[in-house]
Amino acid sequence: MTEFTFTEQKDTRSGFGQGLLELGRNNPKVVALCADLTGSLKMEAFEKEFPDRFLQTGIAEANMIGIAAGLATGGHIPFTGTFANFSTGRVYDQIRQSVAYSEKNVKICASHAGLTLGEDGATHQILEDIGMMKMLPHMVVINPCDFNQTRAATLAVAKHHGPVYLRFGRPKVPVFTPAEQEFIIGQAILMNEGTDVSIFATGHLVWEAIQAAILLQKQGISAEIINIHTIKPLDKAAVLRSIAKTGCAVTAEEHMMNGGLGDSIAQLLALEHPAPVEMVAVYDKFGESGTPAQLMDKYGLNASSIVDKTLKVIQRKKKS
Amino acid sequence: MPAIQELEKIASQVRRDVLRMVHAVQSGHPGGALGATEFFVSLYFEIMNHKPGQFTMEGRDEDLFFLSNGHLSAAWYSVLARNGYFSISELSTFRKLNSRLQGHPATAEGIPGVRIASGSLGQGLSVSIGAAVSKKLNGDKGLVFTLMGDGEMDEGQIWEAAMYAAGKNVDNLIATIDNNGQQIDGPTDKVMPLGNLKKKWEAFGWDVIEMPGNDMAKVVGGLNDARQRCGKGKPVAIIMHSEMGHGVDFMAGTHHWHGVPPDNDQLARALAQLDETLGDY
Repeated sequence: MTEFTFTEQKDTRSGFGQGLLELGRNNPKVVALCADLTGSLKMEAFEKEFPDRFLQTGIAEANMIGIAAGLATGGHIPFTGTFANFSTGRVYDQIRQSVAYSEKNVKICASHAGLTLGEDGATHQILEDIGMMKMLPHMVVINPCDFNQTRAATLAVAKHHGPVYLRFGRPKVPVFTPAEQEFIIGQAILMNEGTDVSIFATGHLVWEAIQAAILLQKQGISAEIINIHTIKPLDKAAVLRSIAKTGCAVTAEEHMMNGGLGDSIAQLLALEHPAPVEMVAVYDKFGESGTPAQLMDKYGLNASSIVDKTLKVIQRKKKS
Repeated sequence: MPAIQELEKIASQVRRDVLRMVHAVQSGHPGGALGATEFFVSLYFEIMNHKPGQFTMEGRDEDLFFLSNGHLSAAWYSVLARNGYFSISELSTFRKLNSRLQGHPATAEGIPGVRIASGSLGQGLSVSIGAAVSKKLNGDKGLVFTLMGDGEMDEGQIWEAAMYAAGKNVDNLIATIDNNGQQIDGPTDKVMPLGNLKKKWEAFGWDVIEMPGNDMAKVVGGLNDARQRCGKGKPVAIIMHSEMGHGVDFMAGTHHWHGVPPDNDQLARALAQLDETLGDY
C-alpha cells in the first residue's frame, strides 16, 4: 500500500495560524476576529503583523459573528476564531440569519473540535458541530487532517466566495500530507487504493485510517482510504466510484454519528448505491475529561476500531 | 432638500402602504412600522447620502442603513420603493409566495436596499458595527445607521455590541432605539423593565441624544444632530420616543397592533385618517 511517513507532529490549529498569516500578507481584504482565544487559535502572528485588521471582540461570540457579517457586506473577508463549541452551538442563530441566509463571505474557523481538546471536558468539546453546520444552506464544511492540509484549506477558503466552516484541532498529530498539495474544496483525496472496503475518513481520523489499513493488509484485506476533507459539498463521485469497486464502507470521524460524515455517506449510498456501512464515531454521548489519547481510545475513535468495523462490514457484504 | 411638509406627505403615503400591505395578506406587524414612519422617511429622503437607483452591496462612499428589528419591514419596503430602490408596484407582493419582499427582510433574492437578513432580534447592531469598521478600513467616509426596537434591548447580544462599539471607538455609527414602550406581550415596563435607557447607553460609553419620533422636523433635527456628533471617538445613540401605531387613532399607543393586521372595516377607518398623497401602489 501507499506508504505515509512523517518527520514531525504539529497541531492543525497551527496550520490555520500559518495560513492566516500568509493570507494577511497576500490579501488586504482578509480580516481576522477572535473572542479572547488568540493564543489557542494561533492567531497571534496575524494580530502582531496586521493589528488594524485584527478585531478582538472579547468573550462575545454572538457579536463577533454579527460583526463578521457586516465586514463581509463591506467587501472584507472575515475569519472568525474561537473554539468549535463557541463557533457553532453558541452562535447558531447568528450564523444562520446573518451569515448563511444572508450569504455572507464569512469564514468560521473553529479550533479544539471533537474530543481531543482533552482535559477541559464536555463543556468545551463539541461533537455536533459538523451536523449543525452542514444543515445550513450555502455553508461549506471542511475538516482537514494535518498541519499542511489545514494551512492549504485556510488559503483555499479565502478564494471561495461564501460562508465556510473550517474545523481543526488542538493536539499535535503526524504531518503526513505534502506541503505543496493543492487544496480543492469539495474534491476528496484518494490516499490508498484498495478493493475490499472503502474507508472514508476526515480530520484526525485520516491518520488512524492509514494505520488501520496497515493492520488490515496483514490480514490480507485491501482497504481503500479516501480523505474527505470537505464534508459539504460531499465529493459524491469519489464516494460512488470507490463503492462501485469495494461494495462496502467504513466512515471515521471525531464527531457524533448523528449529523457527521458517516451520516452524509450513508445518505448518499442509501439514495444512489445501497451498500453496507459501518461508522466509527461517537454514538449519542457527550465527552468528558481525559488526555486526548485516553478519550479517543475510550470512545473508539482509533485504528483498532476502524479495523473492527472493517471486519464487520466485510462480513455484512458477504452475507448480502 | 424637501421641506418638512413634503416629508410629511410621504409619511402619510407610507402609512397607507403599510396598512394596505399587511391587510392584503392578513399578517404582518403594522404597529411598529407606523410608529417609525417619520424615522424611515427622514433617513431616506433627507438624511442619508445614498444612491437608490444604483444599489450595491458595499455601498462605497454611501451612508448605509441596517434594520435590526426586521418586523418593521412593511415601512422599510414602502420607503425603499417610494425612494426609487425598486418598483412601487412590487409592494403588492409583500409576504406572498415567490416575493422578494419576505415577511422579514432577506437578501436571498437580491432586493435592492437590503444588505442583511433580520428578524431574529438582536443582531443588527453587530452587523452595523462590522459595516462601519469595514468603511473605516476602506477609507470610506460614509456613515452607518441602524434601527433597533426597545423590546429588542432584551437581547444580550445588543449589549455585547454596545460594549464593543464604544470600547473600540466605532464613531461612524448612529444607532437609533425605537422607544415606543411596547412589545408583543405588552408594555416594556411589564414584560422586561428597561430602566433608564439613556443612562444605560451612556454608561456603555455612547454619545446619547433623545428625540421625539413622530414629529418630522424634530426627527430630521435629531438625525442631523447625530450626524454632527460622528467622528469624535464615540458611537452615537438616539433614544427615539415614538408611539406604536402612530397616525391611526385606534391603533396608537398600544401593543395590540404589534402583530395584528386590520380587517376590512378597520382598514377603511384607518385609511380615512391618512391622505393618499403620492398615489396608492
